[in-house]
Amino acid sequence: MKIILNNREEVFEQDKITVNQLLELKSFSFKMLVIKLNGQLIKKTDYDTTFVQDGDDLMVLHLISGG
Amino acid sequence: MTFDEIKSILKTKTVGIAGCGGLGSNCAVALARVGLGSLVIADYDVIVESNLNRQYYFQNQIGMLKVFALKQNLLMINPAIKVHAFDLRLCMSDTIEIFRNCDVIVEAFDKAEMKHMILDAVHTHLPDKYLVMGIGMAGWGDNELIHSRTSGKLVVCGDELNEIAEQNPPLAPRVGIVSNMQANAVMEILLGKNPYKNSAS
Repeated sequence: MKIILNNREEVFEQDKITVNQLLELKSFSFKMLVIKLNGQLIKKTDYDTTFVQDGDDLMVLHLISGG
Repeated sequence: MTFDEIKSILKTKTVGIAGCGGLGSNCAVALARVGLGSLVIADYDVIVESNLNRQYYFQNQIGMLKVFALKQNLLMINPAIKVHAFDLRLCMSDTIEIFRNCDVIVEAFDKAEMKHMILDAVHTHLPDKYLVMGIGMAGWGDNELIHSRTSGKLVVCGDELNEIAEQNPPLAPRVGIVSNMQANAVMEILLGKNPYKNSAS
């Protein structure tokens, strides 16, 4: 599948994977993560049941302190 | 659009700013200068000397509550602006309550936990509102890393990389850039994309 991950095109072997699998594959391990899939906020409790598929737009946001 | 036309639209708009530190104070000043009608600002903190390396306050305001000092400064720039100042440490229910009537909400908190709180609050309870966040602006240099990106009604400005630390403090130039990028994003949300094309392009 081909998706847009953080504004960049990214190709995965799998046809679809869960959000958690994607985070593992990409080694995103920050504690303050926010995930938006096609503009929709995905709750942490849904990371194992929400699938990312071909054509999806995924935003992985790492919240860090400063302001 | 002429500046008079821009002002005539902006004066009918209300923007909420959560936090009046480096991001919030500078973003508020930019919006006051371009003629925004109303601001809703919230913060619980008082000004200390170390804030003056990036926040829009003055020596003689040290010890004042940030929301009241900011209101004073905004009115000195633009006496027509309405400023609703809330002296409080925002929780989820207050956030929803005080920003409910804003056209756009600007996240200008310091701590990552608070950034998470407002993102959650706005997405869950005010899903039709735009939220403009500032993420990553500590240190200096690396102009090319600072960017802005959008997902649905969420706009993120910053380098998304440089967290504040003892060895990586937030400083006027980068905090100023990101806060003004947030103000710029707010203007685009309120006015639409700038249709003007320079004849050279």
